Amino acid sequence: MRLTAAVQERFIRWALRVHPPEPAPVVLTQRRVYVLPTRAGIGYAASLVVMLLGAMNYNLSLGYALTFLLAGLGVTAILHTFRNLAYISLAPGRTEPVFAGDSARFTLLLHNMRSDERRQIRLHLAGGMPATAEMVDVAARSSAAVRLGVAATERGWLALPRVTLDTIWPLGLIRAWAYAAPDARCLVYPRPANATVPPPPASGGRSGGAANMPAGSEDFLALRGHQLADPPRHVAWKTAARLGADAPLMTKQYADPAAETVWLDWDALPAAMPAEERLSWLTRWVLDAHAAGLSWGLRLPGAQLAPAGGEVQLHACLRRLALHGKE
Amino acid sequence: MAKSKPQAVTPSQTWWLLAAALSALLPLTPHVPYWLSALALTLLGGRAVLNRTQRRLPARFWLILLTFAGSAGVLAQFRTLFGQNPGVALLVLFLALKPLETRTRRDGLAVIFLCYFLVLAQFFFAQSIATAAMTVATIVAVTAALGSLADGRARPADLLRRSGLMLLQAAPFMLLLFVLFPRVQGPLWGLPRDAFSALTGLSDSMAPGSISNLSQSDAIAFRAKFSETPPRDLLYWRGPVLTEFDGRTWRPEGRLALPRLAYAPQGPLIEYEVTLEAHAKRWLFALELPGNLPSDSLMTGDYQLLARTPVTTRLRYSVTSHTAMAAGREESSAVLQRALALPGDFNPRTRALGQGWRDQDKTDEAVLEAATRFFLTQGLSYSLTPPLLGRHGVDEFLFESRQGFCEHFSGAFVFALRAAGLPARVVTGYQGGETNPFDGYFTVRQYDAHAWAEVWLKDRGWTRIDPTALSVPSRISQNLAAAVPAGSPLPLLTRADLAWLRELRLRFDAVANTWNQWVIGYNPERQREFLNRLGMRAPDWRQMTATLAVLAGLVLLGLTAWALRQRRRVDAAQRAWLRLGRRLGRRGLPRTPWEAPLAYADRIAVRFPESAAEIRAISALYGRVRYGNLDPVLLDELKTRIARFQP
Repeated sequence: MRLTAAVQERFIRWALRVHPPEPAPVVLTQRRVYVLPTRAGIGYAASLVVMLLGAMNYNLSLGYALTFLLAGLGVTAILHTFRNLAYISLAPGRTEPVFAGDSARFTLLLHNMRSDERRQIRLHLAGGMPATAEMVDVAARSSAAVRLGVAATERGWLALPRVTLDTIWPLGLIRAWAYAAPDARCLVYPRPANATVPPPPASGGRSGGAANMPAGSEDFLALRGHQLADPPRHVAWKTAARLGADAPLMTKQYADPAAETVWLDWDALPAAMPAEERLSWLTRWVLDAHAAGLSWGLRLPGAQLAPAGGEVQLHACLRRLALHGKE
Repeated sequence: MAKSKPQAVTPSQTWWLLAAALSALLPLTPHVPYWLSALALTLLGGRAVLNRTQRRLPARFWLILLTFAGSAGVLAQFRTLFGQNPGVALLVLFLALKPLETRTRRDGLAVIFLCYFLVLAQFFFAQSIATAAMTVATIVAVTAALGSLADGRARPADLLRRSGLMLLQAAPFMLLLFVLFPRVQGPLWGLPRDAFSALTGLSDSMAPGSISNLSQSDAIAFRAKFSETPPRDLLYWRGPVLTEFDGRTWRPEGRLALPRLAYAPQGPLIEYEVTLEAHAKRWLFALELPGNLPSDSLMTGDYQLLARTPVTTRLRYSVTSHTAMAAGREESSAVLQRALALPGDFNPRTRALGQGWRDQDKTDEAVLEAATRFFLTQGLSYSLTPPLLGRHGVDEFLFESRQGFCEHFSGAFVFALRAAGLPARVVTGYQGGETNPFDGYFTVRQYDAHAWAEVWLKDRGWTRIDPTALSVPSRISQNLAAAVPAGSPLPLLTRADLAWLRELRLRFDAVANTWNQWVIGYNPERQREFLNRLGMRAPDWRQMTATLAVLAGLVLLGLTAWALRQRRRVDAAQRAWLRLGRRLGRRGLPRTPWEAPLAYADRIAVRFPESAAEIRAISALYGRVRYGNLDPVLLDELKTRIARFQP
């Protein structure tokens, strides 16, 4: 079993004809498209043999003609199936970053330069289950986008695994397939630590930026549901006292997020903590800080991001965390 | 390779499967028991209702029950489950039942394959041009259904178009394979006994009415290709020779057949080729008397040509004939004895008549003369509907009704001669025929069936006498229609007043004959002959296969070129743009390779201010065509505007 798998892998690498990843667009030239009969095709051929024997035995001239016509149909099916796949071009599309543990969604753009529609093209990824295959029709002289899911297990860059494109259109007797390894990658952020991790220590050296702020300069804006990462100082204790012990805690929000600046520091975590876990915690903190509308800075060994807030800062930090030690 | 789990068939795929099954079943309904046709159509209708209402399919138990009940019905009908007709009936039953348990695409494929088998089964019953045309429609529908299994979302019109296109492309392969695939003469294994049950033709016995039945049929018995058609009164196509008589029915003697001629042929030679329709009997027809044995044939002691096996497919053979009868001068006494035998107490008046001739004249020739004279003067008339005759049939015919068909004439004549002590026997076969002016084939139909007599004379051997010709000469000199009274029910083709219909029919026959000769009759011999004519010397299977491979490869190459023709058109826009650059280059304003279209257009606009608007429009159009979705209309517009651009 292992041997056949190895042989298959060698074949695929030879069949790809280029070293992956390939620059876009990947054009499936005729030399890269392979055809073999499907199980239905083998059954069809077997039926034809039986029909030929029948025609011979009963001297049915039209029986010969029928068998030969259907044999010709089989040959034409090879061409049609082959043509359905050959010279399709493949380019990676935009791929959104995901967190480790989620499923990365790769977008591939299939472009059909021909003036005939290409139908029933199936794409699946190496190692992916066939159930995850996507079926797509590409109209004449246009493109179609396909999303393929890959389980993202590890932070960092996730390269698109080798893609297999296949089709049995139009008769289901022949399967044409091709391999492609388009240059597409997805950024995988570290898996955020459990929501129950304690908030970043405010006393961590110079980190508690908020402490430098005059307490009265904060303009109270609104109350929102408490998140575990919210600093305890922002909990609306008075409200909590009024509503009783069973009521959820509320957090006070302030109009000026820049007023609330925290430093999320690699070194603030216990020294014994492994690197991946640290990244996981930091990711959680970054997410919570963003959710709380704070302004935050990130300090990693050998890198530092100045305090800021908003989407841009969020993704910059997550990217840094994802690629920490990988560049 | 296909490692997916079974996919369920969708309702639209089920419709396709039902349509395919219906199109394969309908043409077979006349050939299977009526209850089976009704059952099959009901089952398909039931499946259609289930599909429409999206209800669950019946439990397996019911299907098994139906399968057993249907098979039992077939068994009761045919007394066996094996053989051609019960086999077709069982296939029909299975095809009707299979959709009721079709849940996955794999089941759907089984339905499709069954449909293809049933298309083949149609050819057991007919291989005419009409059948072929009908099967083409069925094949298109079944192939579209196969396509729907692979592409559940396709529109019906697209599926049909794709199926038609693919079959059209398959046609060259069919043609090549048909011509060049080395043919094998079947059968490969024993044919079931019922294989050829539906054929008409002469039977191997003759009783009153047996030949006049055939006179109503204008089906073709055989065709002959002469270099020069012999005169009509020589056109006696010899078939079964009947010697034994039991008072009512004439039967052949069981004679040994040998692979050589039983006489030394004499007289002028006629060469021709016969294409005999299948008649499920062994005898072959040739003009009296054959001068050679066609391949794989034998001859009996009474000069009948026999094939080694019953003629169950259309058979072509070359044969020669010598029209001078000169055979059997030294006939054995046993044979002559049998040719004199008369059954007990039948036809006393005819016996007395024969005795009278013998008593009057001592020589055989004189007796024959007397008999001939009797038939000439007795006032016998020819009728397709003679009155029924009783125990003494010959007496009643000769002396009372005096109306009869050729079997009456020949039977009575032979009986009378035997009574007079002259050895005689009945010969059946065909007399006459006509040339089809459209293809030159000489056509003999069932209504040309005839019976005549053969008399043995010491010096001349067996001599043909046609008593019908004596009494009704027009039957031989013209045809059946001329011999019978006006108003007799005649086959359409023999009637003189329907000339246009006749011509139409002859034209149709000529086409059908070409079809039969070249398509249906394309057997190993014809294949060799045809390939010889194409320039292949001594074609054997190796040469055929090699030629087949080369030619099929060429067709495949052509189709591949078609399959991959593409893409160049995408760059048609760019080619047009480059053409513009070259043209303006001749006027001192060449396009530089790094120049973007809009920049180049700007440069042109500065140089030719009066064309500025046009060139800007062209360059904008070029951008849309080249970088947008390719729209052929826009491309054409771009091309014409560039061609017209003359600053």
